[in-house]
Amino acid sequence: MRQSSIIDIISPIMVGPSSSHTAGAVRLGLLARHVFNSHIRKIKFRLYNSYATTGKGHGTDKGLLSGILGLGVDDTRIKNIFGSDIAQHIEYSFEYMEDFNRHPNAVDFIIEGKDLKMTISGESIGAGEVVIRKINDFNVKITGHYNTLLILYKDSVGIISTVTTLIQKEHVNIASMSCDRSGKGQIASMCISLDGELNEKIVDVCQYIKHVHLVRYIKKLES
Amino acid sequence: MKYKSISTFADLLGECELQEVTIFDIAQKNEANLDDIKVNEFRKIVKKSLNAMQDAVKSGLKSKEMSLSGMCGDDCSRLKSFYSDSHALFGTIFEKIVTYALAISEENLRMGKIVACPTAGSCAIVPSVLIAVSEEKNISEKSQIDALITAGEIGRIVSNKVSLAGAVAGCQAECGVASAMSAAALTQLLGGTPRQILNAVALALKNLLGLTCDPVCGLVEIPCVKRNAFLAVHAVTACELALANVESKIPVDEVVDAMEQTGKLMSPMLKESSQAGLAKTKTAVRLEKSLRK
Repeated sequence: MRQSSIIDIISPIMVGPSSSHTAGAVRLGLLARHVFNSHIRKIKFRLYNSYATTGKGHGTDKGLLSGILGLGVDDTRIKNIFGSDIAQHIEYSFEYMEDFNRHPNAVDFIIEGKDLKMTISGESIGAGEVVIRKINDFNVKITGHYNTLLILYKDSVGIISTVTTLIQKEHVNIASMSCDRSGKGQIASMCISLDGELNEKIVDVCQYIKHVHLVRYIKKLES
Repeated sequence: MKYKSISTFADLLGECELQEVTIFDIAQKNEANLDDIKVNEFRKIVKKSLNAMQDAVKSGLKSKEMSLSGMCGDDCSRLKSFYSDSHALFGTIFEKIVTYALAISEENLRMGKIVACPTAGSCAIVPSVLIAVSEEKNISEKSQIDALITAGEIGRIVSNKVSLAGAVAGCQAECGVASAMSAAALTQLLGGTPRQILNAVALALKNLLGLTCDPVCGLVEIPCVKRNAFLAVHAVTACELALANVESKIPVDEVVDAMEQTGKLMSPMLKESSQAGLAKTKTAVRLEKSLRK
């Protein structure tokens, strides 16, 4: 497990009032924005449990939308994001749910773009730390601590080794990796956390691998 | 100096006494080494946090805006006008500490910019003491950065043993640890030795064991805002005792162990779930109903 550093203890510089419910919400929004990585026309935020019941008083709704729009955790515009110019071109709505099978601070982003739809689920796990757990129905683990390569593809022989070989050729170390699939030969996901920076060209190359549907390179978040 | 992994306060004190240096010397070299940056680059990051804390005091002192819930936000202004007529029994440094603590805490709940230290709910306890004392005693920015690094090192060592989340270990782990960090920062600021700094930490933390996290309506407002002011003053008591060479009979590492155990034994109803304590008083329930409307 990752140990805390002094900087973790005396940061982040953020707008209040809660690291999990405000800063965490912004970080989840930012990660979802990078995962979708395409123009967002419409978005529905589905907030669960504590996010649903105490979210309004903590500005969780404002934080989530601000992250989706690309604002950082210390951006003072978060407070007045509703009805602001930056939020003009996006259609957004909120739903509040209770489901104790979900984490106390869970959220689903149901996003529609021009020709892309995606459901991204995340959790705020404490002290501003967050995890994206699901993209559509696939399990992933994106924390914002690492540059992460995410690939959705049709399950077939050799795809994983093709991708990892490309990364190896860049001399970048893989910190951790997780794969998931809906069934043999069905759609699958691969989520690779990296210690270094990946050349953006590799991301383009991955797009052209046979059976690959979607590639995203999600840069680590500033702390 | 070579990097040496430090995971307990005993390690830290041993290293300080061996090398005849103070806590921030060891801490800044280790952190820079781990992040593969130079010590002055590390100090620049710390300076950024310090400056953001100073800005939070300034904006907090100017505002009377209420929180989103409307429950809190105007107490700093009450205190300011009180002190403009009559002075605090304990003098102007005391006035500044409690005023700054409310200023920063209220700035937090009105969605202003603050520094989580270690958490957003406990964000005023370290900076109120650090900034108030430095202003009154004309302490340089360099020394303030030394003190903030000292506070950070204390929080780091505690957090690697106990999670600093109210939901896991109660408020003792948030405001309690913040008060211990603040006591350490102040003792460093006033020229205390590493041994005195660690005694200040032990004394502050020891006297906050079992502090519950039972916020009204589940919001970081009641009792969090005022608690920041109380625990800022608590840090000063710990520091003064430590500077007088009063020792904590229970060593600081064992106090942290006791805190961990206490956190585990505390009912989940008193750990950020707002199911008991202050959160379920008659008035709290009434406030909750009126907020739902």
